[in-house]
Amino acid sequence: MAEGRVVGIDLGTTNSLVAYMQGDAPVVIPGVDGSNLVPSVVALDPIPAGGGRPTVTVGNSARKALIQTPERVIYSVKRLMGRGLEEIQSELKMFPFRLADDVEEGEVPRITLGELKFTPPEISAYVLRQLKRNAERFFGAPVTQAVITVPAYFNDAQRQATKDAGRMAGLEVLRLVNEPTAAALAYGLDRAKAGTIAVYDFGGGTFDISILKLRDGIFEVQSTNGDTHLGGDDIDNLLLTIALDEIYAEHGVDLRGHPGAVQALRKAAIDAKISLSTEAAAHFDIELPNGDRYQREIPRAVFELLIEPVLERTAGPCKQALADAGITPEQIDDVVMVGGSTRIPAVRQLVDGLFHLSARGKKPHIELNPDEVVALGAAVQADILAGASTATEEMLLLDVTPLSLGIEALGGTVARIIQRNSTIPASATEHFTTGVDGQTNVAIHVVQGERELAADCRSLARFDLKGIPPMSAGLPRIEVKFLIDADGILHVSAREQRSGKAAEIEVKPTYGLTDEQVESMILDSFDHAEDDFAKRLLIETRNEAETILTAVERAPQNPAWQLLTDEERRIVAEARDQLNAVKTGEDLTAIRNATLALDQATRRFAELMMDAAVSGAIRGKTMSAAGEELGEAVTAPHAMAPAEFK
Amino acid sequence: MLKVIDSAVPVACWSCSIGHNDFTLFCPHCSKIQPPPGGDYFSVFGLEPRLNLDLAALEHEFHRLSRKLHPDRFARAQENEREWSLADTALLNDAYRTLKEPLRRTEYLLKLLGAEIGSDAGTEQGGHDKKDLSRVPADLLEEVFELNMQLEEMRMARKLGETDPELQVSLERAKRKFDVLLSEVDQDLRSQWQVWDEGDAAVRKTAQKLMVALLDRRRYLSNLVRDVTETLGA
Ligand SMILES: [Zn+2]
Repeated sequence: MAEGRVVGIDLGTTNSLVAYMQGDAPVVIPGVDGSNLVPSVVALDPIPAGGGRPTVTVGNSARKALIQTPERVIYSVKRLMGRGLEEIQSELKMFPFRLADDVEEGEVPRITLGELKFTPPEISAYVLRQLKRNAERFFGAPVTQAVITVPAYFNDAQRQATKDAGRMAGLEVLRLVNEPTAAALAYGLDRAKAGTIAVYDFGGGTFDISILKLRDGIFEVQSTNGDTHLGGDDIDNLLLTIALDEIYAEHGVDLRGHPGAVQALRKAAIDAKISLSTEAAAHFDIELPNGDRYQREIPRAVFELLIEPVLERTAGPCKQALADAGITPEQIDDVVMVGGSTRIPAVRQLVDGLFHLSARGKKPHIELNPDEVVALGAAVQADILAGASTATEEMLLLDVTPLSLGIEALGGTVARIIQRNSTIPASATEHFTTGVDGQTNVAIHVVQGERELAADCRSLARFDLKGIPPMSAGLPRIEVKFLIDADGILHVSAREQRSGKAAEIEVKPTYGLTDEQVESMILDSFDHAEDDFAKRLLIETRNEAETILTAVERAPQNPAWQLLTDEERRIVAEARDQLNAVKTGEDLTAIRNATLALDQATRRFAELMMDAAVSGAIRGKTMSAAGEELGEAVTAPHAMAPAEFK
Repeated sequence: MLKVIDSAVPVACWSCSIGHNDFTLFCPHCSKIQPPPGGDYFSVFGLEPRLNLDLAALEHEFHRLSRKLHPDRFARAQENEREWSLADTALLNDAYRTLKEPLRRTEYLLKLLGAEIGSDAGTEQGGHDKKDLSRVPADLLEEVFELNMQLEEMRMARKLGETDPELQVSLERAKRKFDVLLSEVDQDLRSQWQVWDEGDAAVRKTAQKLMVALLDRRRYLSNLVRDVTETLGA
């Protein structure tokens, strides 16, 4: 392929994944540790002894740091994306992160991590960079283009922040796709059928409901609704609060001041929640700092009663989405379940009731792993955009904008110019004029939301139309075009019609980074990406050395070893000792050369081993049984060959 | 006024330089995507302005054009084609959204013909247009006066936490009545569609006037019904 692959990324609140289209099926790309899920956790390592910037780690290793150095770890950052200072302050009541103390009103808030400060898009960029690296490692080639999923109910600022994060991570974001729509793509791939489906997406931090019409490969979203402040996190926090309160009441221990202990307790709460999806009861058993034990049994019935108010909050958006699509629950042919929280039996029960499923002899779709389905769908969309495959050439996604776009009118009311659930791209043209003779500026305040008053909606941006030729009041006629693109992001252009001059627009996004800021954050992250890259390469090289050394240790057990001459065995032992001597050092080239030398020294042994295996196969053993004798590395061209260095 | 498609000035295709008229999404010679064409929403679908539309055919054409125009099909194209795909698809979507919904379609056509129509006519999700409530249709004056009194009483009662079953019944009766009036307006509108689609210039002009008045009445009635529904449901 002339251009590189396009990968699909699910940038989740709790976990993130990267997937690609393998032939005609989407596949998740595992990380170095073999796991498909990369926890969306970012940790700052301690400052190196010699000074300099500390290294950033992402994923499972960062999650381990949560309990040891909680003040250097951040998670669930998706909840902070594209949000203003006040919103973040209220969000942070639930999380142990600290806002940088020098953040000013109107700035993108920064979070303190150890001795450094990061904006939410920067934190997300680290997660994205990890996924990018996993993909690059998997393909053995650079990956520069991606499709990233966002909650359908994300507003303009949250979408822009996600795109910014992609750019900081060195990814060209070809499209933002709504998560429920992506899930529908993943489900729709192998079932070319027509019908109306609802996607109920209850994830770690957000809830979305989307209703789609499927026909001839066209996935047309009818309506969408949701809550970007509602998810499994809320359930974890409920359990956590109860445990903290009980520990204080029964044992007189206030853990709230101990972030490490709170994180340990949070982990216990999450484990309890997960086990309650399959068990009748969960148990807390935690040793407290004073030596007491906090022991507590939570029966499922109690748990369900506790979380009912959280689950009930998903019902309103579902009903609104049905009303906006102009259909009844009975007209929904299928319901697709997405997000880890849909594993909770009470959630499935609620969905069953909302869409009258069992009454109609139907069941919600849970065939695809709810943690992976969004990433798989993102890979499908990536394939559609790459335009190079027959598997997706008939498919097309027509999505909608989740929120109405409006302009603040006189008296603070909202004049709606693009209605929610309009298919995107969508546009609207409005005309403005001046109120005072000679006026050369017109200010426009753009908001997003469904409320009547601008103050109750979400402020998107203030546009200042400048350079209007001085005329009598009411005479200029400024045409402003608002366009929501396929990512759900707003673009504005303006023209003064009487003079034909393009009016100059100065955009002040209410929440968000300027282009220059994003640019500086790219360079920044790239700078220490170089350090990280060298470090990563060293670790990988050491791993390769260990692999071949282990194989050499086992070699004498193989009958082929006896076929070597004494001289050959001596050379192998020498190369082995040489590699052992350098493998823990910092000299990448030395380790690499010693590894290659050992590989060379064992080449004849590998050939002998292969011959024995092949003749074994000829003597009647099956090839696969012969393969087992070769050990784990049977697919490599040389049984002991390390992975190729590039 | 409506633009007449035949009189379009030929423009040259950006790609093959051969002239074509300005109302096409794709060059008839080299099939490359073109910048957003002039013309109205009907012309996007290759239609003459009409009020009775075959919605299934409209949807089919919408899907066919979407497949060709959508930005997903141009993700790796050069920048000008990407921009035009975005602008053209926005135009297609705006046109489809307007034409598939009967009231929006009627309003759009009347505006195209120069009629002044209050905003949000027929758009169910539209904002409240309270100022319009001063324009009470003459035949409803008495009833609306009565209804507004009752609505006020009901709100007061609600505020005080009281229930007034008699008032409730009376409001429900009023709502049913206005619902019937609404469906009558819709029927009248539909018959005017037919008249306009088939009529000559003079007939069309009369139909246009009637439809503008019907839309005004409809907006007034639906605001009223919404107020009653909100008050009852509060
Ligand atoms: Zn051409």
